[in-house]
Amino acid sequence: MNSAKSTVPFKGTPEQEAELLKVIEEKKNDKGSLMPILQKAQEIYGYLPIEVQAIISDNTGIPLEKIYGVVTFYAQFSLYPKGEYTISVCLGTACYVKGSGDIYNKLQEKLGIGGGECTPDGKFSLDACRCIGACGLAPVLTVNEDVYGRLTVDDVDKIIEKYA
Amino acid sequence: MKTLEELKVVRDSMKGEVALRTKDGNASSKYERHVLVCGGTGCTSSGSPKIIEELEKQFAEKGLTDKVQIVKTGCFGLCERGPIMIVYPEGSFYSRVKVEEIPRIVDEHLIGGNPVKEFLYEETVVGDEIKSLDDTSFYKKQHRVALRNCGVINPENINEYIGRDGYEALGKVLTTMTPEDVIQTILDSGLRGRGGGGFPTGMKWKLARNIVPNADQKYVCCNADEGDPGAFMDRSVLEGDPHVVLEAMTIAGYAIGASQGYIYVRAEYPIAVERLNIAIKQAREAGMLGKNIFGTDFCFDIDLRLGAGAFVCGEETALMTSIEGNRGEPRPRPPFPAEKGLFQKPTILNNVETYANIPQIILNGAQWFASMGTEKSKGTKVFALGGKIKNTGLVEVPMGTTLREVIEEIGGGIPNGKKFKAAQTGGPSGGCIDPSNFDIPIDYDNLIGIGSMMGSGGLIVMDEDNCMVDIAKFFLEFTVDESCGKCTPCRIGTKRMWEILDKITKGKGTLEDLDKLEELAYHIKANSLCGLGQTAPNPVLSTLRCFRDEYIAHVVDKKCPAGVCKDLLSFEIEKDKCIGCGMCAKQCPASAITRTDYIAPGKKLAAMEIDKTKCVKCGACIATCKFKAIIKK
Repeated sequence: MNSAKSTVPFKGTPEQEAELLKVIEEKKNDKGSLMPILQKAQEIYGYLPIEVQAIISDNTGIPLEKIYGVVTFYAQFSLYPKGEYTISVCLGTACYVKGSGDIYNKLQEKLGIGGGECTPDGKFSLDACRCIGACGLAPVLTVNEDVYGRLTVDDVDKIIEKYA
Repeated sequence: MKTLEELKVVRDSMKGEVALRTKDGNASSKYERHVLVCGGTGCTSSGSPKIIEELEKQFAEKGLTDKVQIVKTGCFGLCERGPIMIVYPEGSFYSRVKVEEIPRIVDEHLIGGNPVKEFLYEETVVGDEIKSLDDTSFYKKQHRVALRNCGVINPENINEYIGRDGYEALGKVLTTMTPEDVIQTILDSGLRGRGGGGFPTGMKWKLARNIVPNADQKYVCCNADEGDPGAFMDRSVLEGDPHVVLEAMTIAGYAIGASQGYIYVRAEYPIAVERLNIAIKQAREAGMLGKNIFGTDFCFDIDLRLGAGAFVCGEETALMTSIEGNRGEPRPRPPFPAEKGLFQKPTILNNVETYANIPQIILNGAQWFASMGTEKSKGTKVFALGGKIKNTGLVEVPMGTTLREVIEEIGGGIPNGKKFKAAQTGGPSGGCIDPSNFDIPIDYDNLIGIGSMMGSGGLIVMDEDNCMVDIAKFFLEFTVDESCGKCTPCRIGTKRMWEILDKITKGKGTLEDLDKLEELAYHIKANSLCGLGQTAPNPVLSTLRCFRDEYIAHVVDKKCPAGVCKDLLSFEIEKDKCIGCGMCAKQCPASAITRTDYIAPGKKLAAMEIDKTKCVKCGACIATCKFKAIIKK
């Protein structure tokens, strides 16, 4: 995580904020509620820019620096918006020994972005993920909710075409 | 349902239904047949929701809705053959089911009564006979305790769980046993933690019960943050039998005197999370969670907490720090969680699979459990078999089964005629087992003795095409990524180890580097704060021990014998095998392949050759050459 501020301007709506405030109200008195609030917030906004963290801090009394610390600790929380289609390549051991590393490299080359990045048109973002548990289908990648299994490097082009 | 009698009424009404799907006998169902479709992650990914949709459509059209019941179950184990569908009472096992096959199965089997042999799992069809699933090599040697309900019941229906004696152990505990009795039973059973450490579960409970007298609050936690890449045992239990975890945690709550439980589950397991939510809701409605369970004074409730993608949170103190809403960094021990755990209160934390054994131990007795396994490791263990193996999937075998039985008999061996090279257990904390240890009975102590560990049960098989230096580097990359950064030996040490390995795989390593690796590894093991750092060097140490030759080949000969490390490979065309078709040149992204003027004997066109200075070693040429004329060495 190199900077707290995303380069994409924050476009949160009042509706989103109202929803978040409702979540905070429901949960803030539970013990250890910060993680569940952040998870809901990410569901609402798609990511957790500093503006959203500030709303949470103002309404829970938890210092912003602590919230930022938690957000940057966990891989699931993102400071940046995701692409329309999030491609995750499983780099769990079972997939790796069956060649998912090559598939991940091919996608980086094909999309012209590195892991954790988003294409400039906002269409695709690419992540490596740890075991999604479909080891019977190894090597596996997911595009949003769709799962593609038993892949070879040659399948990459076809998959991207489907969404382009 | 508030009393034990009411529970028994539900059980008796359901028993006949679920018995149709087992060999327990006394089946009496209001349906002629049950069609079980796997709804676990593996089969869902390979398309089981569409199978269920098609079945429902066909049933509605053909008037089968009242005659045949569709049951969406948890994992059957043989993920490799998914999506899986089993028809009872015959027990016909349809594998890799396609939507197009459903109409025929409905017409010929569900209506006509004749299983469609060509769609059945090949191994169950022997001539005219159809073998029972339990007689296939994958299932024959398995013994299901923790997984007994997975693939048998609908996990979203509490009554099916009750029909398999669910919540009966809780009833027995609350109405006839003291907390001390419960702890003694668990101690006597010899159950050890299935999360990897192997600490005796009963001992953990005993400490949490007694160490802080008169504690105002205690907690029971469940570690469902299954982070080892390639391991999916816990997920399958949560997806296939969530109530067993709730029941066992409630029993643990009674034993140590806690009233609140937390399940910390990976957010990457959406199906497991959904089914746990459903199960908790149903258990509350049925009075199995909440106030005055079974009319006693005992109150207990469970909340879910979702992880957020940090491997270190599988470590017990880090997990508790994370539930408290902080960065998931481990804490020094002592104080141990039994004394000061979650929110500084006495806490026990057990793994999903450990809990899955508890109700059966209570119902069948400590002796029954202790009769399985080896001297110091009792019961069974679930393994997630993956990697280069025919039958990828989930297997549960008695402790003491040998690796050979698991890999060759149950797993079906290595596909494509390749040679077995190593098995990896324990994930990033574990080590590799080479073929010389193939016949050692698997238990906690034996695995540690040969430099690996049980871990949570991931078992990844590797063949001759896997480079062990590359595998060690892969695991180090994982720990570098996942190190929380709190302590220096782990944060910086693993990074330095990774750099040395990277250097070796690029052909720039020296023999001194191997010594440095070892020295660094022992420092990291001795000085890291938590289990993640203390075990992080294991993959390197174990590969150095078992496959030192391979390291030497990288360092001295600058070769990668398995042909994985790109910088050490060169691609060559064997000119006498080349027919000169030119397909390779078309595929080459670097335009490194050109035609020579040599025509091999008996061939019509001139052979091709690779310009090694241009070659990017992508392997595209090898993949296209039908004549196997291109070799990498």
